[in-house]
Amino acid sequence: MVPALAGCGGPLSTLAPQGPAAADIATLLWAMLAGAALITVLVLGLIWHGFARRNPRAPGEAFWIKGMGLGFSFAVLFAVVGSGIWVGERIQARPGADVVRVEAVARQWSWRFGQPGPEDEIVWTEGRLHIPAGTPVDVVIRSEDVIHAFWVPQLAGKMDALPGRDNILRIEASKPGLYHGTSAEFSGTGYAGMRFEVLAYDPAAPPAFSDLTTREAP
Amino acid sequence: MITPNPPQRALRLHRELDRVWGRPAGWRGILTSVNHSELGLRFMVTAFVFFAIAGCLAMLIRAQLATPGGAFLDTALYNQFFTMHGSLMMFLFAIPMLEGLGMYLLPKMLGSRDLAFPRLSALGWWCYLFGGLIILSALVAGVAPDGGWFMYTPLSSKTYSPGINADVWLLGVTFVEISALAAAVEITVTILRMRAPRMKLTEMPLFAWYMLGTSAMMLVGFPPLILASMLLEIERAFDWPFFDVTRGGDPLLWQHLFWLFGHPEVYIIFLPAAGAISTILPVMCRTKIMGYGAIVAAVLGLVFLSFGLWVHHMFTVGIPHMALAFFSAASALVAVPTAVQIFAWIGTIWQGRPEMRLPMLHLMGFFSTFVMGGLTGVMLAIVPFNWQAHDTAFVTAHLHYVLIGGFVFPMMAAAVYWMPLFTGRAAVRGLGPTAFWLILIGFHGTFFIMHLTGLLGMPRRIDVYPDNSEWIWTNLVSSFFGFVMAAGFALFALDLLLQILFGERTRRDPWQADTLEWAMPMPAPSYNIASLPFPGQSALQLARGEGLLPGAPRGRRETLVVDAISGAPRHIAVLPGNSALPIVTAAVIGGFVLLMLFGFYPLAPFGLAAIGVTVWQWHKFMGSQSDEPPIEAAPGVSLPVNHSVPDGLARTGLTCLLIANGTFFTCYLFAVGFLSVIAPGWPAPESTIGTLPAGTLAAVLILILIAASGLARFPLATGSTVALPLLLLGLGVTGGLAMLLDDPTRHARDALRAAGLGYVALHCAIAALFALLCLVQRRDGRLAEGRVAAWPIWRAWQDFTLATTLILVLLIAAQEIL
Ligand code: HEM
Ligand SMILES: [Cu+2]
Repeated sequence: MVPALAGCGGPLSTLAPQGPAAADIATLLWAMLAGAALITVLVLGLIWHGFARRNPRAPGEAFWIKGMGLGFSFAVLFAVVGSGIWVGERIQARPGADVVRVEAVARQWSWRFGQPGPEDEIVWTEGRLHIPAGTPVDVVIRSEDVIHAFWVPQLAGKMDALPGRDNILRIEASKPGLYHGTSAEFSGTGYAGMRFEVLAYDPAAPPAFSDLTTREAP
Repeated sequence: MITPNPPQRALRLHRELDRVWGRPAGWRGILTSVNHSELGLRFMVTAFVFFAIAGCLAMLIRAQLATPGGAFLDTALYNQFFTMHGSLMMFLFAIPMLEGLGMYLLPKMLGSRDLAFPRLSALGWWCYLFGGLIILSALVAGVAPDGGWFMYTPLSSKTYSPGINADVWLLGVTFVEISALAAAVEITVTILRMRAPRMKLTEMPLFAWYMLGTSAMMLVGFPPLILASMLLEIERAFDWPFFDVTRGGDPLLWQHLFWLFGHPEVYIIFLPAAGAISTILPVMCRTKIMGYGAIVAAVLGLVFLSFGLWVHHMFTVGIPHMALAFFSAASALVAVPTAVQIFAWIGTIWQGRPEMRLPMLHLMGFFSTFVMGGLTGVMLAIVPFNWQAHDTAFVTAHLHYVLIGGFVFPMMAAAVYWMPLFTGRAAVRGLGPTAFWLILIGFHGTFFIMHLTGLLGMPRRIDVYPDNSEWIWTNLVSSFFGFVMAAGFALFALDLLLQILFGERTRRDPWQADTLEWAMPMPAPSYNIASLPFPGQSALQLARGEGLLPGAPRGRRETLVVDAISGAPRHIAVLPGNSALPIVTAAVIGGFVLLMLFGFYPLAPFGLAAIGVTVWQWHKFMGSQSDEPPIEAAPGVSLPVNHSVPDGLARTGLTCLLIANGTFFTCYLFAVGFLSVIAPGWPAPESTIGTLPAGTLAAVLILILIAASGLARFPLATGSTVALPLLLLGLGVTGGLAMLLDDPTRHARDALRAAGLGYVALHCAIAALFALLCLVQRRDGRLAEGRVAAWPIWRAWQDFTLATTLILVLLIAAQEIL
């Protein structure tokens, strides 16, 4: 579905989705982009024509204001907003039996992740989140200091990490692999380097959590 | 029908008027001038200087981003630069520029001799200048704000930004916003009450409609920002936890208040530009604008809708899906009135005979950028896509397409279009189109590719990207074209400079436009027009004094005030002349701002007192000690002078100010409601103020205010003698209440209560000053039978104080009982 254009790749590219939410959004993006391009051409063409044309039977006010200004724009907006709400519904975090829950805690300027380990205990890691591939994962996001945002462009959109309040973002990786994430809310001098990774593993072969730091009882 | 006045010699009229409306030459004149043309031009020139400075910062940012490792700026400096770039562009370039354009043009287009409150225009400009200088000094001293132009807490709170940087932003921008509020009041009153006789509201030039929408939005849009800035500054200075989650505050409160301002802000910037387009485009197409009524409806729709969209800047903060869908749809809806205008403009092109002269070229620049910016805006309003694009370079691209497309290009069109009026000189052929093409190519080269950079995942506001080689070439392209654009702007400025220095004298109305500003001699004289126009009069007739109120036979600045709707002449306003009060007042306020900036809080009462004393001097011009017979403005048209009418300009001005003030108070109520319902960390700890003494004091305060409101109704302010001591007593009661409050640093609830009490105390103090003013005016005879002077103003203020205090007391009582 998504055209694999050269130059759209890269570890943080929203144009190279690797999960269902990111793929839905990318499709939406391409559709909107195509529509926007068409409308731009249309409007600029109409202006161009206004210079070239010498037609005494030009359309009147009703055509421009009611037809184009109201009718045309309403129709376009209706379609766009409708598809946006539809995609929004699809990518929402909904309760389900197979959903894995992990935690992402941000602070200036690094990330700490809590994920279920081999015995269902919570394993805390620095800078790398482990999730099973092909499984929906709810990331509970919060901050210990200022506002940050959790963003893995190839898997899903972003969600803010706020102090004192939990936010939940649904992510999912279709295939095992290492995905890049970055904070996406300005947080001071260390902001540019506030990166992290998401390792999506094959659920049949969970990792040994080599870089784990602490474990908590289930 | 009005009969014209007999013709006089134009030159004699000019001399007479210029003596009254002009200003002394040299420094004294510069410092004391209150003339709207001069101040409007000063606003625009100053704004252009800030545009150049902010543009240089943009070039530094682009230089840094040209390579992934960018060792050119260190991160701390880079953060200051992008914050300053954004803040300067928004607060010190765009807003003052549109204010200046409105202040310069409106009286001329509407056929008036000046704005409603000339000294206020001057105060606004001096506040803008001093505030801008404070902010610039911080940049030079290396302590400029560095939290991004929206200054999110807690990053901007004391814990994470201990330096003076954030205070510079909060205090400096608030100081500058005095000029925005002043301009908003002034422009609203001028449009409503100072049009040419018989110019109906529904017949005024479209630009005036746009500016009316803009100034209404400013009256309602700036209070949330001012409130937020004050709360954050108080939090930083005194540790009152409005935004601290651990003590009942919430950083999201800052975001709501900021964007409650911030979204309307973009329309405040866009509307005047659109007004310029609706004025210039038909002239360039030798026709009339298509769909006047539809455009007015679109403007009103935008004003209204744009206050319901602020949440689209907060789609990722964790808001329930239903609310997201609502705000997403509302945000898309706002594209409709914009589309109506765009198609009305295209229809205008089609029905006319468009000519590609220089202003038209810039309008084409507008179309070819703004349309794309609007479309990416609709895309960003779609929540799932927003979750990907938010805070990336895609947003940077979008916002520059709308801001440069929707504001800078129309302003360039406006500049080249109205330059003959500003300077009296015609353009020098040559550089204009070259500058335009450089800017256009540079702009698209810089920002078109930036959409892709954003989609490839580059966050905004980062200074290095060593691990992302895929962003290198797009950034390099952006940086290269950024410098092309900068060269274009430099050439544009040079072109204007050449026009000022070497342009030939231009004839009147060089574009053959039909709006009134072109009926002036060029460049426009201090008094604008020798007599005020009624429908169908030619420029020559006006210059010969055949309109209303010819010349200045009474040796003072007179202009006409009309009915807000019908434009029927109502009375004659005598406007104040040149004065040093504006600059002195601005300097005293600036001194207060500096005291706060450097943390000399114990001196604050003295600073406030100094402001009070200076502002007190302003009343001396007002009023008259004797009755004055009506003035014959034209044969058979006798009009009273403003001293003897109850609904003078000041009354309308106060209404505008109270609308802004009421919005401020409503935002405060929103803050109370938001924190108590949404913030974690509630319910608040047990309070100790629900006791008998506090209840009694509050009741006494309310009774005092009710009595004062009653006294203010006594004919001719006879009640002021009693009301003044009562109000001073009320002020004492607020002091007593302050002693009983819970420690404001303990919890946001207590901090909000203390802030509310401060608001009430300030309003009581101002009410006391108004009562005193009435007292003084009664003594010296300015307030007497047939001369209401400050009485209606005191009454309105007194009622407003009573209403807000009552709401506040009831609110706290409800909090205590529930
Ligand atoms: C003269 C041409 C301009 C250039 C080359 C330019 C370039 C830039 C760049 C590179 C950024 C930083 C983006 C980032 O942090 O990643 C930026 C941010 C910004 N610009 Fe401009 N800009 C220009 C004109 C304007 C104008 C005319 C306005 C508004 C009227 C404006 C408003 C802003 C704002 C509000 C920001 C956001 C600042 C922030 O993130 O806090 N810019 N611009
Ligand atoms: Cu907005």
